[in-house]
Amino acid sequence: MVTTLDKVDVVTVGVGWTGGIIAVECAKEGLKVIGLERGRTRSTEDFSMVHDEYRYAIRYELMQDLSKETITFRNSRGQRALPMRQMGSFLLGEGLGGSGTHWNGQNWRFLPYDFEIKSMTDAKYGANKLPAEYTMQDWGITYDELEPYFDKFEKTAGISGEDKNPFWGQRSADFPTPPMKKTPLLAKFETATSNLGYTPFMMPSANLSEAYENPDGQQINACQYCGFCERFGCEYGAKTSPEITVVPAARETGNYDIRFNANVVEVMKEGDRVTGVRYIDTVTFEEFIQPAEVVVLTSYVLNNAKLLMVSEIGELYDPETGQGTLGKNYAYQILPGASGFFDDQMNVFMGAGALGMTIDDFNGDAFDHGNLDFIHGASLSMTQTGSRPIASNPLPPDTPAWGAEFKKASIENYTRTLSVVGQGASIPHRDNYMTLDGTYKDAYGIPLLQLTYNFTDQDRALHQYVTERATEIMQEMGAKTVIGSNPISDYDIVPYQTTHNTGGTIMGADPETSVVNNFLQHWDMENLFVVGAGNFAHNGGYNPTGTVGALAYRCAEGVIRYSREGGSLV
Amino acid sequence: MAEKKNVSRRDFLKTSGIAAGALVGGGIIGGLIGANTRQDGAVPSGGEAGHSGNGEAAVGARGLQFFKNSAEFAVLEQATERIFPEDELGPGAIGLGVPFFIDHQLAGSYGENSREYMQPPFEVGEATQGYQSRLKRNELFRQGLQRMQQEAQSRFDTNFVDLEGEQMDEILTAFQEDEIDMQAATSQFFFRLLRQATLNGAYADPIYGGNQNMEGWRMKGFPGHRPAYINEIESEDFVQMDPHSVGDMLN
Repeated sequence: MVTTLDKVDVVTVGVGWTGGIIAVECAKEGLKVIGLERGRTRSTEDFSMVHDEYRYAIRYELMQDLSKETITFRNSRGQRALPMRQMGSFLLGEGLGGSGTHWNGQNWRFLPYDFEIKSMTDAKYGANKLPAEYTMQDWGITYDELEPYFDKFEKTAGISGEDKNPFWGQRSADFPTPPMKKTPLLAKFETATSNLGYTPFMMPSANLSEAYENPDGQQINACQYCGFCERFGCEYGAKTSPEITVVPAARETGNYDIRFNANVVEVMKEGDRVTGVRYIDTVTFEEFIQPAEVVVLTSYVLNNAKLLMVSEIGELYDPETGQGTLGKNYAYQILPGASGFFDDQMNVFMGAGALGMTIDDFNGDAFDHGNLDFIHGASLSMTQTGSRPIASNPLPPDTPAWGAEFKKASIENYTRTLSVVGQGASIPHRDNYMTLDGTYKDAYGIPLLQLTYNFTDQDRALHQYVTERATEIMQEMGAKTVIGSNPISDYDIVPYQTTHNTGGTIMGADPETSVVNNFLQHWDMENLFVVGAGNFAHNGGYNPTGTVGALAYRCAEGVIRYSREGGSLV
Repeated sequence: MAEKKNVSRRDFLKTSGIAAGALVGGGIIGGLIGANTRQDGAVPSGGEAGHSGNGEAAVGARGLQFFKNSAEFAVLEQATERIFPEDELGPGAIGLGVPFFIDHQLAGSYGENSREYMQPPFEVGEATQGYQSRLKRNELFRQGLQRMQQEAQSRFDTNFVDLEGEQMDEILTAFQEDEIDMQAATSQFFFRLLRQATLNGAYADPIYGGNQNMEGWRMKGFPGHRPAYINEIESEDFVQMDPHSVGDMLN
């Protein structure tokens, strides 16, 4: 028994940053919008018990229930893909706000180089800088075209920062709020990187330096530096999140409603148009069809790709032939860095998720790659996000992992260790992709998404080079012992690395090589939009959310224009 | 005692803009944890009493929710103590209540793997593909502790709990290095789980039954649940603070 509901103008699948932005922009224009969210509602009041490392950071309170749905994974096509039975390498979100609730708040604009990476690399280094199996391509949009949307997202979010980075793209306006406090720990990094001739600046932060009212009239409070951001929600309403900004703003229009416990399992289609979505109520297991003029996929990277695959929309990527686009250019992030051990105790337990300083001297194409066997690079930051005692047990080299020596060393060094960490670009490779699994299914009988991914020679070279730079910085900071990150070999899905998964539903200028156009409108189905970090044609050297937010505003403009005019927007 | 609940604190913040740090500081001292210790499952422990001189006064009834056999629990006590031993810095795993913490966790969603994907087929994979066992964590713990006891018998002809510390370490190391045969799992995986569970119990908020009297946090210099550091974060010096439990939010 399937119940067909009344048709709406726009339905979004998932209500995080992208779903919230689409909702508020479309609802302000008078479109009737429904958001389908598989998780529960939540708000600032639900985070009063949040200073609990075990519950939230170790036991993943806010994350996806893998007993219902996960992915399968293998390093290469020769292996059998097996389910990710426990969360590890990345943390999938669930519930209102999605990953926008448990993010750290480090908010970046990808570099001008990122959007035109192929043509700019070819122009400077020749077409064969990387072998042909690296499938990087231009994004079909430039930084300058995207700038107004970056600006809009930053104003919605109230981002705190300073325009002192010579390497990022030109800004049409300064940051909405001033940078966060430059703590003594950050000042150490600032001094060291300045001594080395680099240009440090305060990291753009969605933990706000002061109370702020955004253009939609929503209030974001001032950060209290409590040290519980990533994997947590903010009990002060001071970490910009969808549920305190775009979601309430959309609701105030009277044109928006959210249905919770609504797990979408299929995008319905007829000919060359989509007609709505089919979802299962996760409480009753009743099935519903929500018809809509426009469908916008606004769930996480992996689920957006999976929904297109199970709905048979678009051509699956085939790594043998290179044909097809859906699932292509899955990318991740490379994490070079160095840790330093100091004599004096430091206030490492204080902090905020985006309290940090950064240099971009080794990001993008800010440095010459002529004699290097890789492209791109990494932002290098020192953050003070709040170290917590279960997860933080820093050990100098050759210390055992348990027993008397472990206990002494981990306690001694907990407050005496700092790290400089790079967020390295991830260049797509022919063999890294997503498809549907042939064996394992989710709780609704739908195949799991299958991920085939491994690090590449490009990744290893980038990692080694930037780790050397991080090590030099840590030495300059005066650490008595410095350890650089271990060289990377095969990608391992067990230890946490980063929740910066990208690609699979990439954007571009050509339907032969991309899934959506630069309004994030599907090439094959003009009333279907797909938006998120899945649109990234490669992953850059920063956290993704700022760029995701910009793409969502671009997409919202496309949905509104499509609703009025119809047809392909490009 | 404590300042009013969170809602009122936040409302005050919104209207006044005063940092929350200015509102705390008085009132909440340790000793609240007893009120939050779980009272259910009051089976008397057959294991060693805690070594800690500090933690016991505040503790209510304590018992086992998962283990049924006190000898098995005693193996867990000694194994966790070797991983995180008592020393001049402070209590070890037993003194911190870690074995009770692990017992309680094994009885609940952690032990039952209720938020993990446990659908067949179960296949042996590459190390990079992670946990692929059909065993739940509580089954793995029970088997692992039994194997430790068997290993003590076969190597030293005595019970695990009666071994010298170095002998226990020898067995734990054999588990760590994957030299022990286990069914449907590897001993290395079990060892990593045991090590991590021990650290969880030493440093989780005391509401879970470990980290007794917040001694784990005191040793490490972590102040636990503090509403704000906005008034301290620019300090050039290390700031020593008495720890607070998140249980304070209800008091």
